[in-house]
Amino acid sequence: MSNSSTSDLLKPFKLKTKQQELLISILCLVYILAFITRLFSVLRYESMIHEFDPYFNYRTTLYLTQHGFYDFWNWFDYESWYPLGRIVGGTLYPGLMVTAALIYRLLHFLRFAVHIREVCVLTAPFFASNTTLVAYFFGKEIWDSGAGLVAAILIAVCPGYISRSVAGSYDNEGVAIFALLFTFYLFVKAVNKGSLAWGLASAFGYFYMVSAWGGYIFIINLIPLYVLVLLITGRYSMRLYVAYNCMYILGMLLAMQIRFVGFQHVQSGEHMAAMGVFFLMQVFYFLDWVKHMLSDTKLFQEFLSITVTCAVAAGGIALGVGVASGYISPWTGRFYSLLDPTYAKDHIPIIASVSEHQPTAWSSFMFDFHILLFLFPAGLYFCFKRLSDATIFIVMYGLTSMYFAGVMVRLILVATPAVCLISAIAVSATVKNLTVLLRSKNKVAQIGSTKGTSSAKASSKASLDQSQPFQKNGAMALLFGAFYLLSRYATHCTWVTSEAYSSPSIVLAARGAHGNRVIFDDYREAYFWLRQNTPPDAKVMSWWDYGYQITAMGNRTVIVDNNTWNNTHIATVGRAMSSYEDEAYEIIRSLDVDYVLVVFGGVTGYSSDDINKFLWMVRIGGGVFPVIKEPDYLVNGEYRVDKGAAPKMLNCLMYKLSYYRFGEMMTEYGKPPGYDRARGVEIGNKDIKLEHLEEAFTTSNWIVRIYKVKPPNNRW
Amino acid sequence: MGKFWVIFVASISILLPFLCNSFSPETPTDRRVLVLLDDFAVKSSHSSYFNSLKLRGFDLDFKLADDPKIALQRYGQYLYDALILFCPSVERFGGSVDVAAIINFVDSGHDLIIAADVNASDLIREVATECGVDFDEDPSAMVIDHTGYAVSETEGDHTLIASDDYIKSDVIIGSKKIEAPVLFQGIGHSLNPVNSLVLKVLSASPSAYSANPLSKLSTPPLLTGSAISLVSVVQARNNARILITGSLSMFSNRFFRSGVQKSGSSTKYEKSGNEQFLTELSKWIFHERGHLKAVNVKHHKVGETDEPALYRINDELEYSVEIYEWSGTSWEPYVTDDVQVQFYMMSPYVLKTLSNDKKGLYSASFKVPDVYGVFQFKVEYQKLGYTSLSLSKQIPVRPYRHNEYERFIPTAYPYYGAAFSTMAGFFIFSFVHLYNK
Repeated sequence: MSNSSTSDLLKPFKLKTKQQELLISILCLVYILAFITRLFSVLRYESMIHEFDPYFNYRTTLYLTQHGFYDFWNWFDYESWYPLGRIVGGTLYPGLMVTAALIYRLLHFLRFAVHIREVCVLTAPFFASNTTLVAYFFGKEIWDSGAGLVAAILIAVCPGYISRSVAGSYDNEGVAIFALLFTFYLFVKAVNKGSLAWGLASAFGYFYMVSAWGGYIFIINLIPLYVLVLLITGRYSMRLYVAYNCMYILGMLLAMQIRFVGFQHVQSGEHMAAMGVFFLMQVFYFLDWVKHMLSDTKLFQEFLSITVTCAVAAGGIALGVGVASGYISPWTGRFYSLLDPTYAKDHIPIIASVSEHQPTAWSSFMFDFHILLFLFPAGLYFCFKRLSDATIFIVMYGLTSMYFAGVMVRLILVATPAVCLISAIAVSATVKNLTVLLRSKNKVAQIGSTKGTSSAKASSKASLDQSQPFQKNGAMALLFGAFYLLSRYATHCTWVTSEAYSSPSIVLAARGAHGNRVIFDDYREAYFWLRQNTPPDAKVMSWWDYGYQITAMGNRTVIVDNNTWNNTHIATVGRAMSSYEDEAYEIIRSLDVDYVLVVFGGVTGYSSDDINKFLWMVRIGGGVFPVIKEPDYLVNGEYRVDKGAAPKMLNCLMYKLSYYRFGEMMTEYGKPPGYDRARGVEIGNKDIKLEHLEEAFTTSNWIVRIYKVKPPNNRW
Repeated sequence: MGKFWVIFVASISILLPFLCNSFSPETPTDRRVLVLLDDFAVKSSHSSYFNSLKLRGFDLDFKLADDPKIALQRYGQYLYDALILFCPSVERFGGSVDVAAIINFVDSGHDLIIAADVNASDLIREVATECGVDFDEDPSAMVIDHTGYAVSETEGDHTLIASDDYIKSDVIIGSKKIEAPVLFQGIGHSLNPVNSLVLKVLSASPSAYSANPLSKLSTPPLLTGSAISLVSVVQARNNARILITGSLSMFSNRFFRSGVQKSGSSTKYEKSGNEQFLTELSKWIFHERGHLKAVNVKHHKVGETDEPALYRINDELEYSVEIYEWSGTSWEPYVTDDVQVQFYMMSPYVLKTLSNDKKGLYSASFKVPDVYGVFQFKVEYQKLGYTSLSLSKQIPVRPYRHNEYERFIPTAYPYYGAAFSTMAGFFIFSFVHLYNK
């Protein structure tokens, strides 16, 4: 009785064929694989938040879970950007925090008493797993379910994606790539189906993307571009009209609900393309209707030319007036720097100073994509061979994102899903052709003529009997070759994940002299020292890289942080760091600074320390305060810290704070005292005396040094 | 654990009266004064000055400067509230006292009187240099004034100077006018221009110069005219007060009692101004005058009494502070009309003069500017002679919350109308379009 009833209940869930069972089990395995391959960092180190920005995200998520959504929305954070403060609720993309908080709530509702940190650490892997599912469905939509499956597998382990989604990398990109791909998938689905429901779904997908990451700009420009291409190639259809209009209007209205985005969709230059295409669609629709009504083609041609001219002119005038009156803001520097890679270097040092904004090296493409780099053109070939609305989309996505990936290192991330999908098409199509070849030959031998694919037929016709064994062997060899390459890919991905992308960067690891692993946990040591030993309202000045970490881990007020919204304030700190001590003291006093924190790698050989970043401080400081001149710190255009260094370099605050008491220290056997291991030179100024600051704390490996600002002299 | 606490609390309560006895913010006047002398003869030759201090309740402890037992502190506690160095020729202090110890003594809020003289030792010069004044480098130089000297029976070398060029501050030298000039005989000093805290209390006349009176003047003197300071004071940032003079003899009974007639002037005074000048000055040095304290800094929104953790832009707020002056025995309300409060974030956004109720309560009310950020209530009161008041209290100012804006703006009614009429129109249109075939 009971048995039959349960089987009745399960009936709708029963799988129809063996194939589907296989499919679902593969997807489940991929889902799990995508999650566990990202756990290297937890196993190697511990469950901790990585790098810089994730610490801010973690801090805000903590605030959100503790104070609720409305307080989060209205949060005015006076612990950062002293004394200006920051309206956190209005200057962030809340998607990530809200997602993590919801997962946290859900788990607590289910009586799993997890800490919010664990949720934050595992959010990115979780969403990476979800991305594999989306990739499957997307691949299925573009090509077939085989391509979808391959795409899911490829994206699950692709290093380009893993680099931003390992456990602990609690950053916007972690959920945003999922949202990006999901939006694209829903939009392509909407275009294919021409249904309002899918269009609405893609609008919501877009809303989630806007709430999660500033990269939504890519969507709102790629989709109009895609629509434009379809219009030009004569693929305009009612389906496209419905999908785009629904997605654009609703997506825009929804996106305006995000405080940080606000009215940008109607006011900023970056969003104008989408609006232009929207109006163009209406013109097209109108023309279509007129064509339908008018039977005279000649008359229609004239009408067409007049209408198009008028529409373009009206659009141009509207744009011109909008820009001239200041209603439409011009493109931002970041956007310019995407289109012109040299722009940031010349105009906005603060963007150029970030390493992940540098143009991509060729090797990092190889590193992040491996064989996908070769499969990508092959996939493009297959896409062109079978052009449809969906394949045109993925081709455009692939080509544009590849260009952007070449401009900025971090945008490899955006290109990864496209590369995986297109490569998956190549793999799937090739393997399918080869297997069909193998099978059809057997059938040819047995039956004679079958309903095999056209290629199989053609080959069988052309080669007849004599070349068949050779072809079979060739197909076998190619198949094995493909599997060999794919297995190499899997090995490479795992190796890259474990070696390169699972480092939390606030805990450094190195190989000791005997091959043992040495851990430098200096950052946390310093931040906890700040937390325990300084007054709660103490203000800490450091270069902006460490701002988020100091507020999140040290719980102290900082002057500038990684949200680089106020260039002048950062330039003031840069100026203080590059001035002589007594000049710097004036600036420090005017900002009420109590402690100055510098990061120094001379003892450990840690190369991304403040001395190596110092020229950027000079440049950013000099960009606002012309008293700071870059040539003062260089000798014949060369940046050095040894005896031949520029006199201003040897006496500026940053140099003094980094190398204070370093001149007495032996760092390496056989080298003089004061030998800087990060730069491989003996320092030029060993006798450093501090007048207005005093050393408060130096971590065990000297990586972080904290100085206390002395009060003004009592008798002077 | 609990036992330790009991012992700790008990020991604190026993020690408390002793601890409170020293210089404290509550009773700023000094009590215990260490006087270091070159020899005990000074004790009798300068007895008038010492007696006036004793009469005012100071506990003077006379020691020879090279007494090996002298110590300023024991077990981390200072034994004295003030130090008088009447030992111009000491080369080395006895005991644990040295320049650094004296400077630390000052830097921890204690007062100091230095009287140098001709042939002042390097040690004394060094202490003076640390305090921002430089004695003439020539050890035998004296201040000479051929027009402003004090007339005496014998035509001397004009090193006995009668000066009446005082600082214009009632707080420092008392409100009662000093009629007779002050007699001075000794070494001159100049103020270090870098030091912004040192003040010239008694200046030499423009015709004075500093040179060795016994030798012929071969080169122009380095120190001339009113750049020469005869008596200077310093009020350090922690309100420790220092008096520096180049003449030990100006404190002496002889100078106190002698009559004075300034050259070129016909009036002859029975008694020099020294006693009045130096006594009044010692009152200032020992915090019997000009010592302010600010307490009960309060701020709150208008109509409320509790202090908020942060303000919103455009809030109306009230700020108040109580300022008292120490009269030597008790705290009296300090009444003035020039105390200002700043609402400060990198620069003052609001600068307002506080009004007072003559009982020491200063208050002002103003509107928070339309700027958010971390502000400070700042009172920077630095008036000549008074201890400086530097109060700052940090207070963040936040922008409006999402639900604190006006819900409906009258000027926006056309837009509301447009939105709702469009919605209604669309609804009707859809209805007509769908069902009207």
